[in-house]
Amino acid sequence: MIEVKDLYKHFGDVKAVDGVSFVARDGEITGLLGPNGAGKTTTLRMLYTLMNPDRGQVLVDGIDAARDAQAVRRQLGVLPDARGLYKRLSARENIDYFARLQGMDDALINTRREQLIKALEMEDIADRRAEGFSQGQRVKTAIARALVHDPKNVILDEPTNGLDVMATRGLRQFMRRLKDEGRCVLFSSHIMQEVAALCDRIIVIAHGRVVADETPDALRAQTGQVNLEDAFVKIIGSDEGLAA
Amino acid sequence: MNTMLTVFLKEVRENLRDRRTLGSALLFGPLIGPFIFALMMNTVITRELNKADQPLRIPVIGAQYAPNLVDALKQEGLVPLPAVANPQAVVRDQDADVVLRIPSDFGKAWRNGETSQVEMIYDSSQRETGGSIDRLRGMLESYGRHEGAMRLVARGLSPTMMAPVSVADRDQSTPQSRAGQMFSILPYFFVLAVFIGGMYLAIDLTAGERERQSLEPLFANPVPRWKFLLGKLGAICVFSLASLLISIIGYGLCGKAIPTEKLGMAMNLGLPFAMQVLLIMLPLVILIAALQTLVAAFAKSYREAQSYLSMLMMVPAIPTFLLSVLPVKVASWMFMVPLLGQQVGITQLLRGEPLSAMQVSVCVASGLVVAVLATVATAAVYRSERLAISA
Repeated sequence: MIEVKDLYKHFGDVKAVDGVSFVARDGEITGLLGPNGAGKTTTLRMLYTLMNPDRGQVLVDGIDAARDAQAVRRQLGVLPDARGLYKRLSARENIDYFARLQGMDDALINTRREQLIKALEMEDIADRRAEGFSQGQRVKTAIARALVHDPKNVILDEPTNGLDVMATRGLRQFMRRLKDEGRCVLFSSHIMQEVAALCDRIIVIAHGRVVADETPDALRAQTGQVNLEDAFVKIIGSDEGLAA
Repeated sequence: MNTMLTVFLKEVRENLRDRRTLGSALLFGPLIGPFIFALMMNTVITRELNKADQPLRIPVIGAQYAPNLVDALKQEGLVPLPAVANPQAVVRDQDADVVLRIPSDFGKAWRNGETSQVEMIYDSSQRETGGSIDRLRGMLESYGRHEGAMRLVARGLSPTMMAPVSVADRDQSTPQSRAGQMFSILPYFFVLAVFIGGMYLAIDLTAGERERQSLEPLFANPVPRWKFLLGKLGAICVFSLASLLISIIGYGLCGKAIPTEKLGMAMNLGLPFAMQVLLIMLPLVILIAALQTLVAAFAKSYREAQSYLSMLMMVPAIPTFLLSVLPVKVASWMFMVPLLGQQVGITQLLRGEPLSAMQVSVCVASGLVVAVLATVATAAVYRSERLAISA
C-alpha cells in the first residue's frame, strides 16, 4: 500500500506538486491521470525516493520514505519515465544486474527471472543484446528488471508510452495479473481510455493538485457525464494535454 | 561490499564489450608514450652519433682563392661542395646548413699580413644547422690560430704571448643527463595513459548512463549512491591501471630495443623502474578516476562530458610544461604535490637516479589524501537530486 500525504515540490517558482494526497491500495490498480506537465512524474519520483519532497510524507507499506529510503525502494518495483537499458548486455543480463542489486541469491534470481520472461512473453529476446530492441521489447525488459525482486508495490510511469496496440494490450493484461496477485499497482497516464479500462480508482491531477479521487463510476456520477472523457474535461477544466 | 562488486563487475563486463573503449584504453592511450619515447631516443642517438666526426659537406665559394685554407679544412673533415650562385637562397631553402665564401682578395691580404675575411652564410633560426655552423667556425678559428702562431714563431716570438688565458672545458654532463631535458616530457605520457585509459568509462558510467536514461532506474534500487560510485570508480581504475601497465611494459620493450649502451647511457627501464613508477602513479589512478567522474557528473550529456574532460586532460601537462621551460631546481616539497611529485619523481628515475623511500612515501601519501578528497567531493555530487534526472 502506498500512502501519500500532502506532498509539495517546487522547482524555483514552478509548483510542480502542490499538495498531493492519495492512497493506492493492495489488490487494486490506481491510475494517476493528468495532462502533460500536471506533476505526475514528479509525484512518482518522490514515491520512489529519487527526489525529496519539500513537504509532506510518503508511506510505503507503512514505511516512511524520509526515514528509510532504502527499505521503501525494496518494497517497490519501479518503471520510471526513463527506461534506458544497458545496450551491451542481453535482456537476461540486464535483469540479473538489478536482481543482484536487490541482494537476491543466484537460485532465486534464476526462478524469478524465468517466471517474468515467460509472463512477459520475451523468450525470443532474452539472450539478445538490448542494442536494437524495439520500444516494446525495451519496456518488457525494463518491467522484468523492475519486478525481479517480487515487490508488493508496483509503480509504472506512463507504461504504454510509445507502444503499439498489441504491446499495449499485452501490458494491460500483465498489469491485471499483478493486481490479481494482490499487489498494489500505481501507474500514471495521460490517456483516458487506458485509465478507464484498467483502474479500480482514478486520481486526477492538474496543476500539481489532486482534483478528483474516485472510482470510474463515481466519477461519472459526480460530474453528471455518461462519458468518461467528458467527465475528465469537466474536472480538469480544459482538454489541454489529454489524449483520448 | 557485495553490491559494489556487482556494480564493478557489470561495468567491467559491459565495457569489455565496447571496442572503442578498449581501443583507446588499451592501445592508443598507453602506447602513445612509448612510441614518442622511441622517436626521441632515436633523435638522441642520432645526435650523439653525429658528434663523432662525420664529413661536413659545405658549399665553398671562391675555393680557388685560398687553396691552403681549403686543404687544411679538408684535413679536418670538410668536404667542399661546388660553389653556389645564390648562397642566401640556398641557406634559406635549407639546401645547405652553411655556405663558406672566400673573397677574391683573400690571397692578397694574406700576403700583406693583414686579416683576411671569410664569410659564413647561414640561418641561425634553423635549429638543426647549429652543429655544422659550430664545427665550421671551430675549423676556421683553429686554422687562424695555427697560422697566427706560425707567423709569431717566424718572427721569433712565442705563440703563448697571444694566449694569456686558455680555457679547458670539463663538461660534467653525460649522454643520459643531456637527454634528461628531453625526458622531462615523458612523465606526462604516464599520466596521459591513466587519463585516456579511464576517460571513456568515466564519461559512460555517469554522463552516458544519464543520457541513455538508465541512471534513474538504477537509482531506484535499494543501494546507497556512494556504493554505486565506488563500484564505478573501481571499474574506471581497473581500466586506467591496465592502460598504465601496458604503457610501462611498452617503455620496457622500448628500453630493450634501443641500443642505449652504445652511447654509454644506462637507461634502466626494467622491473625496478616499472615498480617504482607503478607505485607513485597509483594514487593518480584513483585521483584521476574521481576527477573524471566528478566532471562527467556535472555535464548534461556525453558530448559535454567529453569536451570538459579534454580540457581537464591539459591540466597534468602544466607541471610538465613549467618544469621544462622554467629552470626550477627540484625541491623536496614538490613530491608532496600530486602530479608535480610524479613528474619530478619519474624524471629522476629516467635520469637514472633512484628515488628515496621518503620521496616515494611522501608522493604516494599526499596523492592518496587528495584522491580521497576528490572521491568524497564526487560522492557529494552523486547524492544530488538532479544527477539522476535525464529529461
